[in-house]
Amino acid sequence: MRLERRSTPSRAAILLAPVAAVAGTLLVASLLVAWAGAPVGRAYALLLDGGFGSRFAITETLTRATPLILTGLAAAVAFRARLFNIGAEGQLYLGALAAVAAGGLHGGSGFGAPAWLLFPAMMAAAALAGALLLLGPALMKSRYGVDEVVTTLLLNFIVLLFVGAMLDGPMKDPTAMGWPQSVALQEALHLGKLIERSRVHTGLVGALAAALLLWALLKFTTHGFEIRAVGANARAAAFAGMPVGWVTVKVALLSGALAGLAGAVEVAGRAGYVTLDMSPGYGYSGIVIAMLAALHPLGVVAAAVFVAGILVGADSMSRAVGVPTYIADVIVATALIAMLGAGLFTQYRVRWARAR
Amino acid sequence: MPADPSPTPVLRLAGITKRFGSLLANDDISLDLDRGEVLALLGENGAGKSTLVSILFGHYVADAGTIEVDGRPLAPGQPRAALAAGIGMVHQHFTLADNLSVLDNVMLGTESLWRPLSRREAARRRLLDLGARFGLAVDPQARVGRLSVGERQRVEILKALYRGARVLILDEPTAVLTPQESEALFATLRQMVSAGLAIIFISHKLDEVLRVSHRIAVLRAGRLVAVLPAAGADKPLLAEAMVGRSVEMPRRDPVPPRAGTPACELRDATVRAAGRQGRPLLDGVTMQVQPGEIVAVAGVSGNGQAVLAELLFGQRALDAGSLHVAGRALPPRPRAFVDAGVARVPEDRHAVGVVGDLSLWENVVLERYRRPAYARFNLMRRGAAMADAQALVERFDVRGTEASGVHTLARHLSGGNMQKLILGRVLMAPGAPDRVATAPPATPAAAPPLIVANQPTWGLDIGAVAYVHQQLLDAAAAGSGVVLISEDLEEVFALADRIAVMHQGRLSHARPARSWTLAGIGLAMAGGGHGSAAETVALAT
Repeated sequence: MRLERRSTPSRAAILLAPVAAVAGTLLVASLLVAWAGAPVGRAYALLLDGGFGSRFAITETLTRATPLILTGLAAAVAFRARLFNIGAEGQLYLGALAAVAAGGLHGGSGFGAPAWLLFPAMMAAAALAGALLLLGPALMKSRYGVDEVVTTLLLNFIVLLFVGAMLDGPMKDPTAMGWPQSVALQEALHLGKLIERSRVHTGLVGALAAALLLWALLKFTTHGFEIRAVGANARAAAFAGMPVGWVTVKVALLSGALAGLAGAVEVAGRAGYVTLDMSPGYGYSGIVIAMLAALHPLGVVAAAVFVAGILVGADSMSRAVGVPTYIADVIVATALIAMLGAGLFTQYRVRWARAR
Repeated sequence: MPADPSPTPVLRLAGITKRFGSLLANDDISLDLDRGEVLALLGENGAGKSTLVSILFGHYVADAGTIEVDGRPLAPGQPRAALAAGIGMVHQHFTLADNLSVLDNVMLGTESLWRPLSRREAARRRLLDLGARFGLAVDPQARVGRLSVGERQRVEILKALYRGARVLILDEPTAVLTPQESEALFATLRQMVSAGLAIIFISHKLDEVLRVSHRIAVLRAGRLVAVLPAAGADKPLLAEAMVGRSVEMPRRDPVPPRAGTPACELRDATVRAAGRQGRPLLDGVTMQVQPGEIVAVAGVSGNGQAVLAELLFGQRALDAGSLHVAGRALPPRPRAFVDAGVARVPEDRHAVGVVGDLSLWENVVLERYRRPAYARFNLMRRGAAMADAQALVERFDVRGTEASGVHTLARHLSGGNMQKLILGRVLMAPGAPDRVATAPPATPAAAPPLIVANQPTWGLDIGAVAYVHQQLLDAAAAGSGVVLISEDLEEVFALADRIAVMHQGRLSHARPARSWTLAGIGLAMAGGGHGSAAETVALAT
């Protein structure tokens, strides 16, 4: 068996690929559901209902999708420029911590500045924290060719330990009865509710705006042109006179800032303080979402809602038929692999040589 | 003439057909090869030569058709079967392990894993014997990494012979050789066919094909359009068969250089290898190009031409010496060179010249997207860029854009059209301040002061070659100084006013093209002729 490149992938194949990928994913996951002893059809119905089937389900899905959109955008823009930022998880946590550092109730009251000043400062602090965290790996990549996959991935563990230390030390909430959690944000800095009687907050609007802005940046600006050219062919971009190293740094700052904002939005929109389990892997899921969206900013929104729906739906399915919630992780991971595989088959065809 | 015309051909292709999607790469090709015969496979890029050979060697499986070797069918899709049947292949890019000896390279893959002892001594004797028989002298103990390109090619041929090849396929074998080395190769080929081997010789150099082969098979757009004896064929006939219409190659009538500030002046330019001692990559190169003049830099690949090109592209800094473009020293940055009006045509169109996954219009403005003509407040003026790209498509006759226009992805263009895009980009200088913003100009806008073209016709078909040559000649006539770096001597002689030869990082004095002979250039390419013209000619005759 071997692969032959297709001269031009057909339009039908490109459109059919995601459909085939999702179908394949559901097939694989159904084997696991059956193995767990649950009726497959009912389990999927419950999953769909739990993710999208009611007002409550939809609002929960949108709440969950908010940070996922931002981490998905962080991965998408970095991957566009071939900067493989695997560190969104760490950038998210550091952003969340920076948000609380700027807007938290330190010493009982926090900074005395008015909210209209403190709110942008809090967001800027979060964006800056995420951006600076990715700056190091980006510089090491463009200057010395150090693999950013390794550096950004390992930084995640360092940041998580650092956040843990802060939550048990200087930033610990003295009123939390010993739990390792940060001081709370000032009440005035919390994000407002977007939908009554739900947890959906205005951070969703911010995430959607970020997606639109990023789409426009890539499509209409010289910066976006540089990012796309450097990502598609860095040698040709350098030959044409583009500052490849500087473009990498710009992209790193943007990507890190988006992931940092995801942390701030999550803190300000939901719990109001930082804990070590505030993100169930939003940073890593962002990578999956970016790939599912083929690195398109608007596609990221759709992919984030899809992934969030499966995560939320799996929770309620699990309660009803006893399939572990891990099935959601399996579905999302399988969807990624299936999507990559489907992408491959739009570019290549399989030839079966008679084996002897 | 075939030495022994036996009734069964040694190789028979019958009805070979191969499709890639909508592209018909090979269309019902039937071809016989006799013992003791050199068959030239001639065709433009994309005519289907590589596909046909890949099928023959088992890299691809044909959709239809059969292959017979000595009357026995050859199993499709199995390189191993092709080897066992006695088909040997010498690729254009060698497949040798640099860190092993010649003997190891030749024996690699021929010995059974289950045999405990290697039969090196027998193999060495056999190798020496083969070398002596066919004029392929190589020291079996020598490390391949230390051999010259010509010697490596001999190792590749020996490797095929050692495995008992009776049909030898040579893919563009002279592309990397000096004229003298090519002569030696042709002598070897003659010895091999007189010993009964059959040879398929792939080339697009018509001179060679006419000299070496007995029969010539011409492919065009996947179809076999002619099989004719070499005796009686001539170049115009073959060119017409390849292209499907008659092609007239433009030629230069040498023009005396204009006075004035040189378009490009190099003085003792030296570039050292990064972090390493030893021979500099560019060693005291001095060269002057006047406006309106075409100076060619000839040489065997890998003698510093790439470094010279990078220097003139603004991609490399000098370690010593100086470089002035139109009288100005420039910082070694591509953008500075673009802004100074240097028209840069890189060697590797696909990897360096264009961004394949961007559209045609985006590639047109790739060097100038920050100019006021294309960007305001960091917003791309997409309409202006697309309009200029459309003008370029029309003026430079870029084909393959019927379906999507300027939104066609650059990688979907053929090599020739990609080169037209690059030429248009640098010659039209879109977005330049002096650009006529309205209708596409009928005559070239202000000619760029300097054009640097590195192998501008490499891998192009004859029609595209003629087009590129004409563009360079027109630009020179309009006042551009042209540095043409080329390994193709035919091209060098057709275009250049003066020719300099590069060898191991040193550049000979650029002398008028007329004072060079082919033999003299060959000698200089091999490092032999830095003397005067008279001396060189005397040596060669």
